Amino acid sequence: MRCNGADAILRSLEAEGVDVAFGLPGGAILPLYDAFARGTTVRHVLARHEQGAGHMAEGYARASGRVGVAIATSGPGATNLVTPIADAWMDSTPLVCITGQVRSSLIGSDAFQECDITGITIPIVKHSWLVQDVEELPHVLKAAFHVARTGRCGPVLVDVPRDIQEAAIDFSYPDEVSLPGWKPPRRGHERQILAAAEAVAAAERPILYVGGGVLNADAMTELRVLAERARLPVVTTLMAKGAFPETHELHAGWPGMHGPKWSNWALNKADLIVAVGARFDDRVTGKLSAFAPGARVVHLDIDAAEISKIRHADVPVVGPLKPVLAELARALRELNRAPATEPWLRQIAEWRDAFPLRYRREGEMLKPQLVLETLQELTAGRDDVVWTTGVGQHQMWAMQYLRCDRPRSFITSGGLGTMGYGLPAAVGAKAARPDATVVCVDGDGCFQMTQQELATSVLEELPIVVVIVNNGYLGMVRQWQDMFYEERFSQIRLTHSLPDYAQLARAYGAVGITVDDEADLESALSEALSCGRTAVVDARVDPREHCFPMIPAGAAALDLVEFEDDAAEVPA
Amino acid sequence: MKHTLSVLVENKPGVLTRITSMFTRRGYNIESLAVGPTERHDVSRITLRVDCESSPLEQIEKQMHKLVNVLRVSELAPGESIERELVLMKVAAPPAKRAELMALGEVFGARVVDLGTDSIVFELTGVPEDVDSFEELVRPHGLQELVRTGRIGLGRAHRPNRNRPRQHVLA
Repeated sequence: MRCNGADAILRSLEAEGVDVAFGLPGGAILPLYDAFARGTTVRHVLARHEQGAGHMAEGYARASGRVGVAIATSGPGATNLVTPIADAWMDSTPLVCITGQVRSSLIGSDAFQECDITGITIPIVKHSWLVQDVEELPHVLKAAFHVARTGRCGPVLVDVPRDIQEAAIDFSYPDEVSLPGWKPPRRGHERQILAAAEAVAAAERPILYVGGGVLNADAMTELRVLAERARLPVVTTLMAKGAFPETHELHAGWPGMHGPKWSNWALNKADLIVAVGARFDDRVTGKLSAFAPGARVVHLDIDAAEISKIRHADVPVVGPLKPVLAELARALRELNRAPATEPWLRQIAEWRDAFPLRYRREGEMLKPQLVLETLQELTAGRDDVVWTTGVGQHQMWAMQYLRCDRPRSFITSGGLGTMGYGLPAAVGAKAARPDATVVCVDGDGCFQMTQQELATSVLEELPIVVVIVNNGYLGMVRQWQDMFYEERFSQIRLTHSLPDYAQLARAYGAVGITVDDEADLESALSEALSCGRTAVVDARVDPREHCFPMIPAGAAALDLVEFEDDAAEVPA
Repeated sequence: MKHTLSVLVENKPGVLTRITSMFTRRGYNIESLAVGPTERHDVSRITLRVDCESSPLEQIEKQMHKLVNVLRVSELAPGESIERELVLMKVAAPPAKRAELMALGEVFGARVVDLGTDSIVFELTGVPEDVDSFEELVRPHGLQELVRTGRIGLGRAHRPNRNRPRQHVLA
């Protein structure tokens, strides 16, 4: 088929089965947008800022398990994608970013809107291509999608000069592409899997420490079979929330900086940690030298570089998690020696009952935790809800109080901690799953970073619900200044009412609801959840609330600070 | 502890940047670096010298393996490999000192590649340790300029050739 490079890009996206792409046009990407105008099966969602487009593509990828596609022009368009690319890199989200570039003849001349985006993004992409010949284009796109979704998932970037988009090509999409240096592992080592099974069978206090890799590997069923067959407790990281049903009796909560005490105890007092697609992030381990001191480690991961990067792995297994988990379960069965975990499970259950999440219920003001508890009550038992969040206190409360029994139902920025992620990620998730009820739990600080995407949500008919846990402050910073900087508050006050978020929502054509009274909370949230339109609930909450428990940065996980330690004035 | 890594990469633009960027970002220090063609026009070889303990070395190798353009990473273990380095050095050599310097060069097998009225340019190829020794001996005479290529290396002839990149086509 004779066409130009821009058409070739769209035909390639179509061949990859891409149904939605997120982007914003500009000079150097005009030929591609002209190709959109001439017709394609790819739906284009017009963001208001390229960062929004990037996070939408991430939300799409997280909600669907497919590769997200973001498109931007050269220069500032491309640099605005840098944050989502870095975010996708840290959270292993498969993303193909397509950027326009100035004409080949102008590259290197400091031309208008020229910037070396492939150079800028080198440390945060799996790979990138600056297309220098239109004939390469189909092969590059084939390779881009392949690299993004194989091995450990992540972002790639394809930079296409304007003249390449305009050049003529006889298009055909290749069935295969040669990538001699890209050899992700295809299966785990049999002997290592057997060693892992033996370690599990010999353990008294084993635990599955599950990370986001399980979702990327689509290995939720295999994980569950393994856990149930060997009666292993499961903790899920922030990125893995929903990878194992949270109402399951074997679910032992969420480890890490704001995880409940019982979950952190379960992980830190284990004698065997089976890490599954998790990377011993500092937000999980706390002070590394004091982390799970009595535990041997079995580490299952598709990325060999994660093995023993942070914590020494006694039994490493490198391979795709889906077959590795299945083979581990089979090896355990063949050993015919299941660990006797009932006393350990009883111990964890005792801790769970002894250390529930607690917060202050007195005072006039609406409590942020109550907002999350109410959201949970209103959606309990529903299987169509997808949550997204920003980053900060509200995110941690969402992690603590929302129960996710299904995979891909909790979409958040983990590794990079990108404020402003929640709203555009919700738009992307809604595009991926139009039938889902997509709820963004946001902070007031986060919301203001990407609020312009409300326009995208309304105009593109991707209705989402945003619940702003509005404490009028950069709440997590306030908490740190309060706890670790002797209450010297510095540059954190945003105010509860500027802007008036409900009015702002209405200005965007969305539903806007303000609530600051416990009595109105349930009806406000119900209305937003059922209105079928883009809705913003401005829940004005008590700014004095801290998120507990908390492992102070650099402290041992077992030394976490609980709610009452910091609130002596609270009546018993 | 110092290690020499031999890295086969696709001969494509930006490959060296990707590798050095990874080193910078992960906080590893490159002591020397030599890049050049191989027996295959589409493959280049990068020889890297790094100073680190063995566990970071393993991390470095794994991180390099993850780069799409990297075909193979292998350590050139001492005893199992040949390492060489080339140096050019300009040394102050007034006529009275010339003979002494040239005799010194002869001991090390250094060639005189240029001779001026008051300086000599030596060329020496050898194991990097010999290059170090020669440099040290010449230095008191007035070392004016020096350039070293950085070490390059290959596995020994008796060793089975494990460095050949495999062609890999995905399905």
